[in-house]
Amino acid sequence: MTIAAPARQITAAAARADGVWKVYGTGEAQVVALREVSVELQRGRFTAIMGPSGSGKSTLMHCLAGLDSVTRGQVYVGDTQLTGLNDAGLTKLRREKVGFIFQQFNLLPTLTAEENILLPLAIAGRKPDRAWFQTVIDTVGLGDRLSHRPSQLSGGQQQRVACARALVSRPEVIFADEPTGNLDSRSGGEVLNFLRQSVIDHGQTIVMVTHDATAASFADRVIFLADGSVVDSLDDPTAERVLDTIKRIGADH
Amino acid sequence: MLRATLKSLLARKLRLILSGLAVLLGVMFVSGSFVLTDSLGRSFDNMFANSLSGTDVIVTADPAINVSEMEGEPVPGMLTSADLAAVRETTGVAQAIGDVQADGARVIGANGKVVATFGPPRFGGNWTGEVGGRELREGVAPSAANEIVVNAALAKKAGIKVGDQVGVLTTQPKQTFKLVGIFGYEGRLDSRGPVTEVLFTEPVAQKLMLGKEGKFTSISVTTAGGSDPVAVRDALKTKLGKGYVVQTGSEAAAAIASGFKEALDVFNKILLGFAGVALFVGIFLILNTFSIIVAQRTKELALSRALGASRGQMIGSVLVEAVVIGLIASVLGLAAGYGVGALLSQLFASFSEVQLAGVGLPLAAVISAFAVGLIVTIIAAIMPAIRASRVPPVAALQEVATPDRPLTKLTVSGAIITAIGSGLIAFGIAENVWLMFAGVLTAFIGVALLSAFLARPAVSVLGRVFSWSVPGKLGRLNSGRNPRRTAITAAALMVGIALVTGVNTIVTSAEKSLRGSVAEEFHAELIVSGQGSPGLQPTFDGTLLPRMKQVPGVTAVSAEYGDQAMIDGKPGWVSVNTDFPAAVKMFSLSPVAGSLAQPGPDEVIVDDDSGHHLSDVISVQHANGLQKTYTVTGVYKQGEIYGGMVFGSGAIEGMRQQLPSMAFVDLSDNANEAAARKSLEALLVDSPEMLVQNADEYLDAQSAETAQFLLMIQVLLGLAILIAVLGVVNTLALSVLERTRELGLLRAIGLGRMATMRMITVEAMVITVFGAALGLAVGVGLGTAVVRGLADEGLKEVVLPWEQMGIYLVLGAVVGVIAAILPAIRAARTNVLAAISYE
Ligand SMILES: Nc1ncnc2c1ncn2[C@@H]1O[C@H](COP(=O)(O)OP(=O)(O)OP(=O)(O)O)[C@@H](O)[C@H]1O
Ligand SMILES: [Mg+2]
Repeated sequence: MTIAAPARQITAAAARADGVWKVYGTGEAQVVALREVSVELQRGRFTAIMGPSGSGKSTLMHCLAGLDSVTRGQVYVGDTQLTGLNDAGLTKLRREKVGFIFQQFNLLPTLTAEENILLPLAIAGRKPDRAWFQTVIDTVGLGDRLSHRPSQLSGGQQQRVACARALVSRPEVIFADEPTGNLDSRSGGEVLNFLRQSVIDHGQTIVMVTHDATAASFADRVIFLADGSVVDSLDDPTAERVLDTIKRIGADH
Repeated sequence: MLRATLKSLLARKLRLILSGLAVLLGVMFVSGSFVLTDSLGRSFDNMFANSLSGTDVIVTADPAINVSEMEGEPVPGMLTSADLAAVRETTGVAQAIGDVQADGARVIGANGKVVATFGPPRFGGNWTGEVGGRELREGVAPSAANEIVVNAALAKKAGIKVGDQVGVLTTQPKQTFKLVGIFGYEGRLDSRGPVTEVLFTEPVAQKLMLGKEGKFTSISVTTAGGSDPVAVRDALKTKLGKGYVVQTGSEAAAAIASGFKEALDVFNKILLGFAGVALFVGIFLILNTFSIIVAQRTKELALSRALGASRGQMIGSVLVEAVVIGLIASVLGLAAGYGVGALLSQLFASFSEVQLAGVGLPLAAVISAFAVGLIVTIIAAIMPAIRASRVPPVAALQEVATPDRPLTKLTVSGAIITAIGSGLIAFGIAENVWLMFAGVLTAFIGVALLSAFLARPAVSVLGRVFSWSVPGKLGRLNSGRNPRRTAITAAALMVGIALVTGVNTIVTSAEKSLRGSVAEEFHAELIVSGQGSPGLQPTFDGTLLPRMKQVPGVTAVSAEYGDQAMIDGKPGWVSVNTDFPAAVKMFSLSPVAGSLAQPGPDEVIVDDDSGHHLSDVISVQHANGLQKTYTVTGVYKQGEIYGGMVFGSGAIEGMRQQLPSMAFVDLSDNANEAAARKSLEALLVDSPEMLVQNADEYLDAQSAETAQFLLMIQVLLGLAILIAVLGVVNTLALSVLERTRELGLLRAIGLGRMATMRMITVEAMVITVFGAALGLAVGVGLGTAVVRGLADEGLKEVVLPWEQMGIYLVLGAVVGVIAAILPAIRAARTNVLAAISYE
């Protein structure tokens, strides 16, 4: 069992950072955004990343998603090592293994909601699985809005389209950077519920950066960053426990 | 405010370069043409300054036929020995020399071919000694009737040397002379520009060049020591009276040089015309650039407004940007124009053997460069500047993408302007060329406005072609996104393509009509003709005609003599046909009144379009001064290819070249065409300029000339197309910048580099193919209008140049691919991270 355990752990991790450093600039202007960060995002789980502004949350996520290169350390998505991949490799990774939801500006204004959702598959030249597409649409609750363009949708609806787009290609991991940052609490709640549901129903792996304790409480696990390092984590968080932890970190740093 | 403007300008260097480049190219052409005309003009001055050295006063006759450049070449008048005597008697005249100088002395070179110029005269005249700057370089002066001297450049070109027997064609058929000397000109010149000179003894020159002994074209006077040329000039004027032109040597030299400069002026106008097209297209480009800049800076502008900037200041800031771009482009354009002018001068000089007098920078070039550069940029920036001033301060607080304003106003005004333009064209074709040009420009603007409305459907249709791939589809959607921007970018390309298509349509239709008419109406087999200058047609020996008729298989030979003349006081063309009844058959002419039998010496047959009637008496002043009247004995229905007045043989003696210039040869049905042609060619061996061709070959030779003309137009309009390409590059580059976030998003969700490039390329191709298609449509419209307008001139049907049109369309697509290269690379390099975290 002791021999098998690490092996299972590798396959169980949907993405993993191993002793990652990220340093911006040199000399006087040098900023260490991540110092020696090791995290493991388990398959089929919903992980939230929290921390004060400037603590390195976005940086960590970008590194995990292969959007940014690390200064030192290793990053894996599934069993693919990202460090050293060229553009073609990274493009392939994005097509097959990763989905994104940004805080805003997620959709192409020229395409309808449906076209936006199917865009990653179209780009990759893959046929959509109609049944899965229907399931996704139903969960997101966009049935009657599919032929609308982004400018005809509310912010919440747009984010739901973005979620559907991330889900439809069944990526290894979905990265979401403050997906509800621009939404009111009701629309935000809808989006979070929907993400949560896709983890429970379909075993989707999701990583979400957030500032909001309530949003974090939808996750299975919360990782806390401060000054570029992982300082704490919480399993099965509630909003109060998250807030308590934040307060404590604030006091420590 | 000014500092803020300049800073933002510097931050956008690429845009500055691209929009400036269009102005630069236009300015380059304008100033280049001024530099060229200036340096060549001074070269001509230098060249002719000494052509009259030693001549104090010069006497010529009033021109026999004085026509403007549009109507033909003016025909100089002639002086007589009596005039020369009169001049010699005048007080103050020490010496007077009678000069003979007329165009049309063609030397047959060592290779058996006639030494050609590209239009400038080939003078024949009398040797009057080493005067007027002529210097004998080699050999002796001609003293016998069979002796000639030629200028050094001509001798070199012809490959002949002193002692050679040289064939010379003049108003007489070929005669052979002994080259006894070679001369040059003061200042070690081998020639005076491209002009060639063959000099005979006086009586021979008079006979061969002027048709009669005792005639002169001018009299050069040297005044007695101490006499004032002006006084002598005035004395001569009084003495000779009317019908003479008396000038001092310097006046005459200036007049000669200015004659050459006039020819240069046409050249200058052509260059300026193309500069105009380039700038016109440039306006579209700049307008578009500024519109995009203003749209992109909406927030920035709104913020300035919120911070208290006035509307005037907003307009000012955009205009300042325009002025800076205009100034920089003007300076660089002027420099480039100087270079191009110098280069063209060198080329022109070496091509035409003109000694270049050094390249200068005329003030006109400087003034026009700055005027054109600044005015064009400011005109183009005014609309966007006004739009900038209308940005409401709240826009700073709102998430405003460029709002989709309705196109109704634009479309309606476009339709109205197009209609006005079309009206001007329709009216102008018949009335006034300039009105027509104005109409064409107006129509271009109208269509450019309309094209915004057309952009959406056009783009969606065109885009279908590319929609099979995802990048293709995205590219199509992008190009349909901002119809105004797509439209203006495409419209810039439209202008160039419309012009070449229009010209092509006209030429193709004309050629097709001509070919159709020839096939229908021309029933002879062979045509004897030569390519000549507008002033003088090449000719052959008329005494050959009976022998040509005896060639086996030949049933009829109908030869034409022709020259300019004043007919009833108006400039016109006199032709004589040696066998008009044969021509009637060959050209299927039908009588309207009277008889179409061969007209008698003092008779004339006219076509029904001439306005003359049977028995009218027509008075003609011939080119050599002869005055005669002719009676109309027949009227025929004007054919598509044959028309005009056919005079009796009496008109020949009024012509400068009393030789036929063309002959139509009819063969019997069973004749051997090849054999007949061989025999005819053998007969014409002493007329190397003449060709024996069948109708098809004759037409092919004619179309080869128009093809050259078309090629030249295409090359020059290539500049307009080049500027349009810059416009596409500009639009794409700005769109790529504007859509950084979108590109980042697309890359984030898996769009590869190649696919990104493909997307931009499709976007470019949709724009350029749309522009090309628009250009084809407008060009066909313009061409059709002109062809219809010229229906009276024998243009029966509109024939579209499908092949060329296909090429232009493909060219449009290719241009799109080329224009996309840089923006596509830029888009593919989009840093995903930077793009998504970009606020
Ligand atoms: N491109 C960059 N160049 C230099 N420093 C950078 C760059 N990007 C981020 N940083 C620095 O790295 C640190 C971490 O930034 P990051 O964007 O990851 O923070 P964050 O936790 O996402 O903050 P927020 O909650 O405000 O989004 C910050 O100190 C930031 O200034
Ligand atoms: Mg962040």
